[in-house]
Amino acid sequence: MLRTNFTRSWGVAVGISSIMLLMCASLVYGYTDTSWNDAYSAFFNQTGSNEHIIIRDVRFPRALIAAFVGACLGVSGAIMQSVTRNPLSSPSILGVNAGASFFVVTGVVFFSIQSSQSYMWLSFAGAAFAFLMVFILSNAGREGLTPVKLVLAGAAISALFASLTQGLLVLNENALDQVLFWLAGSVANRPLSLMTAALPYIAIALSLAFLRAKELNVLSMGDDVAVGLGQKTLWTKFLFSVCAVFLAGAAVAVAGPIGFVGIVIPHLVRSLVGLDHRWILPYSAMGGAVLLLLADISSRYILMPQELPVGVMTALIGVPFFIYVARRKMGI
Amino acid sequence: MKIFKKKNFAQHPFFATVLVFLAVLAVMVVSAGSGEFPLSPLKVIAALFGLGEEFNRTIVMDFRMPRIVMALFVGMALAVSGAILQGITKNPLASPDLIGITAGASFSVVLFLAIFSDENNSLIVSIQWLPLFAFLGATSTALIVFFLSWKNGLAPFRLLLIGIAVSAFMQAGTTVWMLMGPIYRASQATIWTTGSIYGANWSQIYVLVPWALLLIGVSLLMRRQMNILELGDDIATGVGSYVQRNRLILLLVSTGLTGVAVAFAGGIGFIGLLAPHIARRIVGPQFQSMVLFSAGIGALLVLIADLIGRVAFAPMEVPAGVWTAAVGAPYFIYLLMTERKRKSA
Repeated sequence: MLRTNFTRSWGVAVGISSIMLLMCASLVYGYTDTSWNDAYSAFFNQTGSNEHIIIRDVRFPRALIAAFVGACLGVSGAIMQSVTRNPLSSPSILGVNAGASFFVVTGVVFFSIQSSQSYMWLSFAGAAFAFLMVFILSNAGREGLTPVKLVLAGAAISALFASLTQGLLVLNENALDQVLFWLAGSVANRPLSLMTAALPYIAIALSLAFLRAKELNVLSMGDDVAVGLGQKTLWTKFLFSVCAVFLAGAAVAVAGPIGFVGIVIPHLVRSLVGLDHRWILPYSAMGGAVLLLLADISSRYILMPQELPVGVMTALIGVPFFIYVARRKMGI
Repeated sequence: MKIFKKKNFAQHPFFATVLVFLAVLAVMVVSAGSGEFPLSPLKVIAALFGLGEEFNRTIVMDFRMPRIVMALFVGMALAVSGAILQGITKNPLASPDLIGITAGASFSVVLFLAIFSDENNSLIVSIQWLPLFAFLGATSTALIVFFLSWKNGLAPFRLLLIGIAVSAFMQAGTTVWMLMGPIYRASQATIWTTGSIYGANWSQIYVLVPWALLLIGVSLLMRRQMNILELGDDIATGVGSYVQRNRLILLLVSTGLTGVAVAFAGGIGFIGLLAPHIARRIVGPQFQSMVLFSAGIGALLVLIADLIGRVAFAPMEVPAGVWTAAVGAPYFIYLLMTERKRKSA
């Protein structure tokens, strides 16, 4: 546990350098045999050899996308856990990922959308719609849904969107080819243009969340205390929900619905840096990036020469963790 | 006749069950008559008894009847499986798909297809072994879920949470196996895991029907033990019932039913949740009447879902599981919300 701000700042340095290191590893390791030397010369004195092309055009975008998507999912999960005050909340558990992918697939099937911007906005809309449903459910009535029931409702919403998506894809087989791998959650072969289109939204949402992280600390003391301390709780919740939705939506638009990053990372981070959101949020961003980079690199080796969608990897890692949290922290 | 004096004799278990099975027959006839070549109900019935034009008989008996019969038995199997599961876990929200049993069965079915296929994508062993594999997958997943959620008993919500997680794990595993096989199998399996009775044929029916009938029969034989179990472990032990043994047998019956259904129709969701709930509302909690009625409701739901899926976007087919999820998921959330109200009231 990092107790002082000094050690926590050093932790950030360690985190950033491990992200750098993993991104480099992501350039080097994989089915095509390349060395660290190749990776260096691919950027600084390239010869146009196959290895160099693979490193520059295939693996570099992939590493970048994995890092950003992981960061989005980590922060989004941390915010959702605070706003819904529920240790099991995360974009995948609450059905936000499934909602976003349903909207995107609807766009592909009915309006044959192609542009990065429309992908992005459909994904935002879907994420917002699903989260709004969850949010209304969690606040309905006098006491709203308990945390456990919220998770169950999210699972039902998820199942609903997932099967609607399947239904749409059966209607349109061309769309199926287009999105099948994306639908399992994958950072491989995703166009970098999607990433650059998403980058402004990610940057705004992340910096907004980082700058106002203090308000999450107040919120986590409970609504009554927060109101007593002069916070407009509904406004704060709304603001952070919008951030979380944009981050999750951007992640889905770029890499498809990747689960369990948003639940694993905030828990690990909280046990590392404590309960201060000014540290939790940046650490969740770094943790998410590290986890997704690691998952992506290992997904190349499990079924070599074939690759697993990284969403499968994170599920295989995340489920045991989810079960641990459900048994230990839910108090049921 | 005492039953006619009741205010609403349609609510009497016997009549309600007869009514629901009459509805099932009606939907079967309508379903057999709809499609690219519509047939009137009379012609369908004639064809069923081997009368009428040769062409009509071919359409009804060879093309439409297999999937209708399959929908019938898959619906019954899933509904009875859910009814038993809700009883033995004393959890009104349990159902084979929500606690991961369906996903476990799907996993082992895909595993079976991956192991026992040759290069031409044809099976090298008899398809009769498929239900056994699905049953093993369903049972072991159920045991894993129960083991992981056991902490001084099976708290209802913990069971569901762990079930959801295990379900996600099994789905990830299914994706791994699908990717290891040829592309063709991946696309087939995508449709199949959503729940569809698209490719039904008589040879599958001959495997499915005996198992489904046998297991539903066993569950009816166990009706007394089931009713005693619902009273709670203490009372059940007190009246001399072997609680744990009976619970294990019933669990095996339930996973067996899920297994045979999943083996041939994939994961048609929410039937195991919906049917017993509807049944309990209409005929009450007595196990024997409830289970028969929910079998009827389950069959009705799957038949209707399949009919809509076949007709709504013809010539495209929408898997039946899409429609059952569209009804089942909102209903599940409704159950979650009303349970809170009942507790706080």
